[in-house]
Amino acid sequence: MARFWSLLFLLVPIMGVGIFLWAPTAGLYLPRDVSTHGHAIDGLFTFILVLTGVVFVMTELVLVVFLWRYDHRTNQEPVKFVHGSHNLEVVWTIVPAATLLFIAIYQMNTWADIKINRPDMPPTVRVTARQFEWRLRYPGKDGVLGTQDDIFAVNDLHLPLNEEILVHLESADVLHSFFLPNLRIKQDAIPGSTIPVWFRATEPGTYDLVCAELCGWGHYKMKGRLTIEPRKKFESWLEQKRQEQEAVQ
Amino acid sequence: MSATIAHGHQGAHEHAHEHAGSFLTTYVFSRDHKVIGIQFLISTLLWFTVGGLLALAVRWQLAWPWAEMPIVGRMLFSAEGGQISPEFYTMLFTMHASIMIFFVIIPILAGAFGNFLIPLMIGADDMAFPTLNMLSYWSMWPAFACMISSFFVAGGAASAGWTAYAPLASVWQAAPASHAGQTLWLFGVIFVGISSMMGSINYMTTIIQMRAPGMTMFRLPMTIWGMFITAILQAFALPVLTAALFMQVLDRVAGTGFFIPEGLIVNGATAGAGGGQPLLWQHLFWFYSHPAVYIMILPAMGMVSDIIATFSRKPLFGYKPMVYAIAGIAGLGFIVWGHHMFMSGMNPYLGMTFMVSTMMIALPSAIKVFNWLGTLWGGDIYFTTAMLFALSFVSMFIIGGLSGIFMAATPVDVFIHDTYFIVGHIHYVLFGSSMFGIFGGIYFWYPKMFGRMMNETLGKIHFFLSFIFFNGTFFTMHILGAGGFPRRLADPYHYATFKHMQPLNEFMTWCALALGAAQIIFAINFIGSLFLGKKVGRNPWRSNSLEWQAPSPPGHGNFDFQPIIYRGPYEYNSPEVDEDYYPQTQPPPDHSGGEASET
Repeated sequence: MARFWSLLFLLVPIMGVGIFLWAPTAGLYLPRDVSTHGHAIDGLFTFILVLTGVVFVMTELVLVVFLWRYDHRTNQEPVKFVHGSHNLEVVWTIVPAATLLFIAIYQMNTWADIKINRPDMPPTVRVTARQFEWRLRYPGKDGVLGTQDDIFAVNDLHLPLNEEILVHLESADVLHSFFLPNLRIKQDAIPGSTIPVWFRATEPGTYDLVCAELCGWGHYKMKGRLTIEPRKKFESWLEQKRQEQEAVQ
Repeated sequence: MSATIAHGHQGAHEHAHEHAGSFLTTYVFSRDHKVIGIQFLISTLLWFTVGGLLALAVRWQLAWPWAEMPIVGRMLFSAEGGQISPEFYTMLFTMHASIMIFFVIIPILAGAFGNFLIPLMIGADDMAFPTLNMLSYWSMWPAFACMISSFFVAGGAASAGWTAYAPLASVWQAAPASHAGQTLWLFGVIFVGISSMMGSINYMTTIIQMRAPGMTMFRLPMTIWGMFITAILQAFALPVLTAALFMQVLDRVAGTGFFIPEGLIVNGATAGAGGGQPLLWQHLFWFYSHPAVYIMILPAMGMVSDIIATFSRKPLFGYKPMVYAIAGIAGLGFIVWGHHMFMSGMNPYLGMTFMVSTMMIALPSAIKVFNWLGTLWGGDIYFTTAMLFALSFVSMFIIGGLSGIFMAATPVDVFIHDTYFIVGHIHYVLFGSSMFGIFGGIYFWYPKMFGRMMNETLGKIHFFLSFIFFNGTFFTMHILGAGGFPRRLADPYHYATFKHMQPLNEFMTWCALALGAAQIIFAINFIGSLFLGKKVGRNPWRSNSLEWQAPSPPGHGNFDFQPIIYRGPYEYNSPEVDEDYYPQTQPPPDHSGGEASET
């Protein structure tokens, strides 16, 4: 019983490391990545996880060792009457400062790739978020958005595989957020602004499109579907949509 | 300096003479800082219960979506067959966060502990402005009235998130609950702000002007440093929030368009005059609400420092670096608000600068952790309940601090922004750290407040269960976040990506229910000890700081002697004396009765 509390605190690093080791085996971890951004983001996530994991385990273990060793009930040593250490303060200021600055700088290229270096191309699709659906507008035969021959869809976003995609993101009412978990893409949509979002999908399939910014009572069901398919299939889907649209006009 | 001290004391003494008051002026409209502190404490603990029950309802829905709630379900939602409706769910998490932040953590730290401890720890008879102090408590009541009544208006209480982002919160048509409930919410927060501002001015003035002779700034306990810097943060940040709240009120009721863009149509209705920018709200809101995160933790850091030094029987390691770290956190805290807006559509270059400042704010936090560990090193550790909570503050703060680095890294934030990763992070900082620090503070200062001890056995059971089930509830949130699990969704499981996370959520809800149940032990201990607790003398913990030299509980005017301060509060196991503690007021052995030195 005497060591009970020290051991309780030992559970913290064991739990922390244990859960992070267990989670991927139970399928509870980063969802499958099917994009080029995702590779860089997952790499940085793992980099920070390892770095913080080491600091976490070390500091928690130091805590446990001190609690174990200096427990009043067993400790025989006299108390060290010290008020601090200038050298230690300098060391544990400079080392974390340099590490943190390095982490920040290390992120910048990836951030620029995702949010700053916009591809120089016309938009592939305009996504307009509204309570509680995603309205999609593709350019028609003229390849220009906002003209008579545009093709419309709702919640069913199709995009070509292995091509640079440029989305123009808008909102018709309140804030929303365009979240593609499998492509590691997230961007809020703001009424009154058009925000560019770009990415490249590397595997065909159907993925979730999630609204990640609270937009009202129906926020939870503002669900879209992203279908990534080879260029040919994408074009035939677009053609099919165009014909459906003309049939009702 | 001595002239101002004398003056301050004179004022408080005059006030002490008009003590013979009725029940109403002694216990209700009291101007005594200790009574006001205890009023804040009781009010905020009651709100803690309300906020906690709302959180359990959120957890219920996440574990068993749309399942009928046992017992209370039929009473609350008979129309929905006992289910939580999506409207009600959005209200639940909005009000949980609003109550916990504005009605629990901010007022319990500054209002309850600040009020009770500041005059006692600096050697003053009362606050500099006792009437203002009373008003600061009573301005909480209009806020309470606004929040309580908002549950009963058409559309229900606010449900646009505690962040009240425009235009969802500023347009009446945007949500069923964006009706009167949202306006009442805004006024409620305005009144909390008024209360905090009055407190803040009082705390700054009292700490600067009313310290006892010999109590230099660098002899103040860390608790007072935490309170002092928090008061400065409040004074600088609150005006911005208040302005923003009034702008949002005007957008809602007067047809202005500060946060509403041109030509906005929501739910089929034209909204407001337009010409505004939704992002402006986020900038103004976070300019207050990010410093508010530090308002919610710096006083707890101070309290934990005092508890750890007392029960390690050793001087606080690196006192001055600790003070500078608090000041550094406060200073940097004003230039990091943009990290809440990395995904908002704010200029991405600005995101880079906010990333650097946000990374750097982890530095003073790290320095504090290292110094707490340094304090434990070579000490003589007593595992009291207060100490256990203080140690768990350190242990949990390490997790909360490190998980912050993930969100600070902008590319990683692209993925984990608005997921359960951030929910886990905020709860490690505000519950695992601040709230555990508050529990530690209650166990530590309860004997001073009420003259009786809390039961240590019940306290340790409360600690053990809280510690285990807190981690069971919140650590797993990091895993959910890594899976992309979004926050604020009433039912995330209809997405294929999140469907398999339901069993883990069920486990977390069981832990949350147990965590809630463990607080009943605390309530029993808190109330029962008022009548049954062991009576104590002045200094049950053999602590150095000044409040322990006053009677327990201290009478009106606090000290029955004139405190003179000879040293800092952390001289435990000093070679100068035989005892393992050395109170700030105890004259040195060779003292010839002269002036206290001012170093």
